[in-house]
Amino acid sequence: MSVQSAPDRVTAPGGRAAGTTRRGQAVRFAVLFALAVLFLLPMYVLLVTGFKPFAEATAARAWSPPQTWSTEGWAAAWEALSSGLRNSVAVAVPSAAVSAVLGSMNGFVMARWRFPGADTVFTLFLFGMFIPYQAVMIPLQQMLVGANLMGGVFPLILAHTVYGIPICTLIFRNYYASIPRTLIEAARVDGAGMLRTYASVVLPVSAPAFAVTLIWQFTSAWNDFLFAVFLTGPNSWPVTVQLNNVAGSMVVPYNQQMAAAVLASLPTLVVYLVLGRYFMRGLMAGALKG
Amino acid sequence: MSTSPNRSGAAVGGGPGRTSGGGPRPAPRRALHRARAWLPGLLLVSPSILLIGVFVYGMIGWNLRLALSDKHAPIQEGEFVGLVNFVALWQEARWPAAVGNAVVFTVVFVGGALVLGWLLGLLLDKGIRGEPVFRTLFLAPMAVSFIATGVVWRWLMNPAPAERATGLNALFVHFNLDFLVNDWWTAPDLGMAAMALPAIWQLAGYIMALFLAGFRGVPEELREAARVDGCSEWGVYRHVVMPQLRPVLLSAVIILGHMSLKVFDLIIAIAGQQIVADVPAVYMWAMVFEVRDPAKGATIASYLLFAVALFVVPYLVWTVRKERSEGR
Repeated sequence: MSVQSAPDRVTAPGGRAAGTTRRGQAVRFAVLFALAVLFLLPMYVLLVTGFKPFAEATAARAWSPPQTWSTEGWAAAWEALSSGLRNSVAVAVPSAAVSAVLGSMNGFVMARWRFPGADTVFTLFLFGMFIPYQAVMIPLQQMLVGANLMGGVFPLILAHTVYGIPICTLIFRNYYASIPRTLIEAARVDGAGMLRTYASVVLPVSAPAFAVTLIWQFTSAWNDFLFAVFLTGPNSWPVTVQLNNVAGSMVVPYNQQMAAAVLASLPTLVVYLVLGRYFMRGLMAGALKG
Repeated sequence: MSTSPNRSGAAVGGGPGRTSGGGPRPAPRRALHRARAWLPGLLLVSPSILLIGVFVYGMIGWNLRLALSDKHAPIQEGEFVGLVNFVALWQEARWPAAVGNAVVFTVVFVGGALVLGWLLGLLLDKGIRGEPVFRTLFLAPMAVSFIATGVVWRWLMNPAPAERATGLNALFVHFNLDFLVNDWWTAPDLGMAAMALPAIWQLAGYIMALFLAGFRGVPEELREAARVDGCSEWGVYRHVVMPQLRPVLLSAVIILGHMSLKVFDLIIAIAGQQIVADVPAVYMWAMVFEVRDPAKGATIASYLLFAVALFVVPYLVWTVRKERSEGR
């Protein structure tokens, strides 16, 4: 690094000396800003179109802000989606909770109370994370029909719970791997059995991992479409299916379509904005990096 | 089973530290003792093993059996016919076209998301004013469903000509950039390249986050050492940082690749079931719900599974082995 650039050096957050000049930073900022504007285009369209009255949601005024702001699109979207929103909550909450609990138990065992073949079982679990759900859809549907379990939101809860186990196991296993081995072994030496160790040593420190898995599972169950299409009927359609029906129809005006898309996305967006740190960790865990 | 006088002895793992006394214990006793250490763990995992066994591997097996049968209507019984369905699929016009579309989509989507995500990560790496805002913004699409993404992108990529155009075409006309006006996803040859744009928009932020974590995981001393050796800033990236990021790149490719092969929601939300945007997953849906041919649907599903397994299985085995050898 040349001497004359030294006065221009800036310090990055976290205290690392960044090897860039002020001009370099300005260029980077400009590029980032331009990309941010591009990234925001779809969001601009959603909001602006959603707030237009029916008559204004046309090609001619596609990109202009509304002349008169109207909530009629939102009212219509709410009308069309409210039962789906309820169904989505009814599916996403219990399935996230159950797969998180199972994932926590599995993660504990696979990180700290291993059994012979645990790695093989773990690898087999992980593959469940990557399988295309298409490869299990037809049998799953046939089985549920055969067992007379179709109808309502139960099939969807079951599917999201079971297929959520792999990622939850992965997240908890990586998290528990950071608990000092000695802590677990001390409990063992003191005569604590597995359940006791789990309940009094491991569970009390598990809150962050539960936050990650619950958010992750809630989000993926909420955003799912494939299982929903295969496994539910009109009365139990979650919001993604209803949104697709609204938007896929030729007669529904754009203002209502856009408002509906925002409504259907609000819960996960709020979760992301409020609990972004945990959302991020879930994402990173998905990349197999603990 | 009698209670052991020494519970903790078993729990720590038994093993070589056997106590002296009346010689070695009989082998079965020892095995039992050791089993008492790990058996509870196995029991705790067993509900999940059962669920995964039935719902992942059982269902995959069932699906494969369907694919190998001639159950071409829901009411039929279905006899074993071997690989007939797997071969017959390639004789239909629609299947190779759907595979071709999936390939174009995959190349553009994976390539685009990697390049854009890497660029964003690089731009943010050194820290910049407003970094948290940028990060939040670029990641936000990831929180949204493909269906919602599809709703707005179908509007943005509306191929209708000039006066009826909404979205990007209208914007291009407005700024006198008419040469940019195009058919988007309805173009017969490269329409799937346009279809990949919303997917890139949605996933680039994720790749950014992966790379950013990777960049920042490279110890500053390593970079500093290279600088002392006379490396330019770009040289530091090129020769020190980038080589460290190969594992990140690999997992990014795996994640994007497996998403890409099974893409379904996005296509349905943007194009519905138009043949021009057909991909295997959409084709399968049509076979199951409209043609009502379980064997054929299962065959398509099997091909999807093979395609994903081909690169995911080696990756998983390698990752778990590596972690184990690193003593995780």
